[in-house]
Amino acid sequence: MSKKSFRQAINEALRQEMRRDPRVILMGEDVAGGAGAPGDDDAWGGVLGVTKGLVGEFGRERVLDTPLSESAYIGAAAGAAATGLRPVAELMFVDFMGVCFDQIFNQAAKFRYMFGGHAVTPLVIRMMYGAGFRAASQHSQCLYPIFTHIPGLKVVIPSSAYEAKGLLIQAIRDDDPVIFMENKVLYDQEEEVPDESYTIPFGEANLTREGSDVTIVGIGRMVQIANAAADALAKQGISCTVIDPRTTSPLDTGSILDSVEETGRLVIVDEASPRCNMATDISALVAQEAFGALRAPIRMVCPPHVPVPFAPNLEDLYVPDAARVEAAVRAVMQYAGKQGARA
Amino acid sequence: MTGILPVTMPKFGLAMTEGKVVSWAKEEGAVIAVGDELADIETTKITNAYESAVAGVLRRHVAREQEELPVGALIAVVADAAVADSEIDAFIEHFHAEFAARPVETVGDASPEPLVVHIGGRPMRYLETGTEHEGRPIVLLHGFGGDLNNWLFVQPALAERHRVIALDLPGHGGSTKDAGAGDLATLAGAVLDVLRALDVPKAHLVGHSLGGAVALRAALDSPSHAASLTLICPAGLGKEIDDDFTRDFISANRRKLLQPVLAKLFVDESLVSNDMTEDLLRFKRLDGAREALTTIREANFAGGQREILRGRLGELGDIQVQVIWGAEDRIVPPRHAEGLPASVATHVLPGAGHMPHLEKASEVSRLLLDFVE
Repeated sequence: MSKKSFRQAINEALRQEMRRDPRVILMGEDVAGGAGAPGDDDAWGGVLGVTKGLVGEFGRERVLDTPLSESAYIGAAAGAAATGLRPVAELMFVDFMGVCFDQIFNQAAKFRYMFGGHAVTPLVIRMMYGAGFRAASQHSQCLYPIFTHIPGLKVVIPSSAYEAKGLLIQAIRDDDPVIFMENKVLYDQEEEVPDESYTIPFGEANLTREGSDVTIVGIGRMVQIANAAADALAKQGISCTVIDPRTTSPLDTGSILDSVEETGRLVIVDEASPRCNMATDISALVAQEAFGALRAPIRMVCPPHVPVPFAPNLEDLYVPDAARVEAAVRAVMQYAGKQGARA
Repeated sequence: MTGILPVTMPKFGLAMTEGKVVSWAKEEGAVIAVGDELADIETTKITNAYESAVAGVLRRHVAREQEELPVGALIAVVADAAVADSEIDAFIEHFHAEFAARPVETVGDASPEPLVVHIGGRPMRYLETGTEHEGRPIVLLHGFGGDLNNWLFVQPALAERHRVIALDLPGHGGSTKDAGAGDLATLAGAVLDVLRALDVPKAHLVGHSLGGAVALRAALDSPSHAASLTLICPAGLGKEIDDDFTRDFISANRRKLLQPVLAKLFVDESLVSNDMTEDLLRFKRLDGAREALTTIREANFAGGQREILRGRLGELGDIQVQVIWGAEDRIVPPRHAEGLPASVATHVLPGAGHMPHLEKASEVSRLLLDFVE
C-alpha cells in the first residue's frame, strides 16, 4: 500500500492486467508514442502520460500506436474484442466520440444481443472528460449521459485513485464493452491505493459520507465536490449522505432510493450539461419510485446549458463547486412546502 | 514552566491523523494517576478510552468535547495545583505556537511502516515496533479476516518496553493470498518461517481467535520458538464457533451487509465504524482474498472447529500459557476457557466481546505486560 496518483493507479491497473492476461492489449493515439519517428520509443504514454512505460515492458505488439483515425482503431478494437483479444482502447478526449460513435453504439454495443448471446465483446474504451483544465469547448465535455443512454454499454466514472484502479481491473475482466471515463483534473490527486490487484464490482454505489438530513448524489469528480460540501455542512449541523454510483450503467438505483427513503431530500451534482444528464435521470427515478418519501423538491446542481467556456473565469463559474452544492442543500432543508402539503 | 505536562492527541494505529475528544472522563481540577481514563477519543475507525501517561492535577481541558484535532495537538494540561493559572495560559500559548510552526512533512513521520519479507517468493507483511528494546520480542497474530491493524491499541503500549512484531497471516492483510491448505499446520508453519527469516529464535506468542490456534499450533510444532503463549478468545480449545459469522464475513460484499456481521464481534456495536467496514471490504476486494478466506474457513471452521488442541496443552511443558476471553464473546464461547490445566492463567473480561484487544485494550495490554515480564 502506498500513495498513488489517479494516473498511476490507472497505469498500474493496465500493467497488472497485461501481466496477468496476454490477451490484454492497448490501442490509441500515442499510447506508446514516437512510433515511426527517431528518438525515444516511449515518448508520450498517451497525451497526458497515463500509459507511460507500458510499451517498454510489453512491446509494440501489445501497445499499439494507431493512426489519428478514431473510427478506424475503435472499430478495430471492437473487432479484436469479438475475436478473442481484450483491447483497452484510448479515445483520448471523450469529445472525439462523434467520429467513431457508430463503431461504439451500433456495433460493439449490439454484438452480444444481435448474435444471440454467442458473441462477447471484452472491450474497454478509456477517455478523458471534464472541465476545469483550460482545454476549451472541444476537449472539456462530459458526454457520459450519451453512453449511458445506449443499452449494451457499461459506463464507469471513477471518483478517486482507489476507485479508478479497482474499477478499471473490473472493466478489463468484464466481457461486455465498457466506457471508462477519466476526469483529467484528477490525474495528479493522490491517495492510498493497494499494490495488489483488486476489483470493485459494477452497479454498487459507494456511500462516501453517511448522514440523515439530505442525500447528495455525485458523479465522477463531483463526488469530491459533494464530500467537501457535506463536510462543511456537517460543521453547521446538517448531515448528508453522499452517494458515488461509480457506474452510471448499470446504475445502483437501490442505494439511491434507500437513502432518499431515509432522508427525504435529494441533491444531485452532475458536471454534464443539464438537459438529459444523470441528474435528470436520477431525478426521474426518485420522483417515480420514492415520491412519497420526498420532503422537498429535488435540486440539481449542474453547469449551465452552454459550451464549456475557454475564458478561465467563465470556466470556473461553469463547473459546479462546493458552495453551490451547499446552497442547494440549504435550500432543500429550508423548503417549507405549500399550504396543505404533508409535513 | 517546569512541572507543567502536556497531554496531546494520541495516535491510534497507522492511519490516524486526527482524532476527536468525544467526552472528558475527568473534570478540570481532578487529581489523576498514571493509567486513569482521561477521555474517550474517536478516530474515523474506532473510539477508544485514552489513559493518562502522567500524574498530577488536570488543570485545563484544552480540547473541547467533539473538537477534532490533529495527532500531537495539545488536548489538556496537567500540572501541580501550585502552578499559577497564568503559567498554564503561557504554556498553552507557547505549545500552540510551536505546534503551528512544526514542519508539515514531519507530521506522522514517526509512525513506523509495515515491512514485507518474502518466504519462498510469497510476501508476508509485518509491523515491527519497539526495536530499540532488547529481550524476547512479542509476536501478535490476528484472527480470521483480521490483520496487523487489529493490534493498533495494544502494540504501542507493548512497544514502550518490548520489541513487538505484528504479522499478517497468509490470506490476510498485505500478506500472500496463497493460504495453501489453510489449516493450522500451514498457517503456523508460515508464522515460524517469518520468525526464522527475521532471526527471532524465541518470542512471546500472542494470538487472537484463529491466530490463537495458530500460535498454539506453532508452539506445539516448534516449542523452542515459544517463550510464552497468550491466547485471546482463541480457536482451538473447543468445537463450537459461530459458523454463520465466518460464512457471512466472506459473503457480505457491501457495507450494509457487512456491518451487522461485524457488530457480532463487539459488546458496544457502535464501535463498528464506516471506516472499519470499508477497510475490510477493501481487503476482501483484493485478488485471491475471498478464495483464501474460504480455504481457511473450510479447513478450520466449517461445521464447527476442525482441529481441537485442548488435549495437547500438556505437551507444552514449561511454556507458560495465559488465556484472555471477552465474557460476552458471541463468536467463540468463553466457556472454552473452562477446565483448562491449573497452570493456565485465565482472565475473563466483563464488557468485552470477541475483540477484547479493541474493546478493553488497556486491560489486555496490562495483562500482556504483566505476563511476559
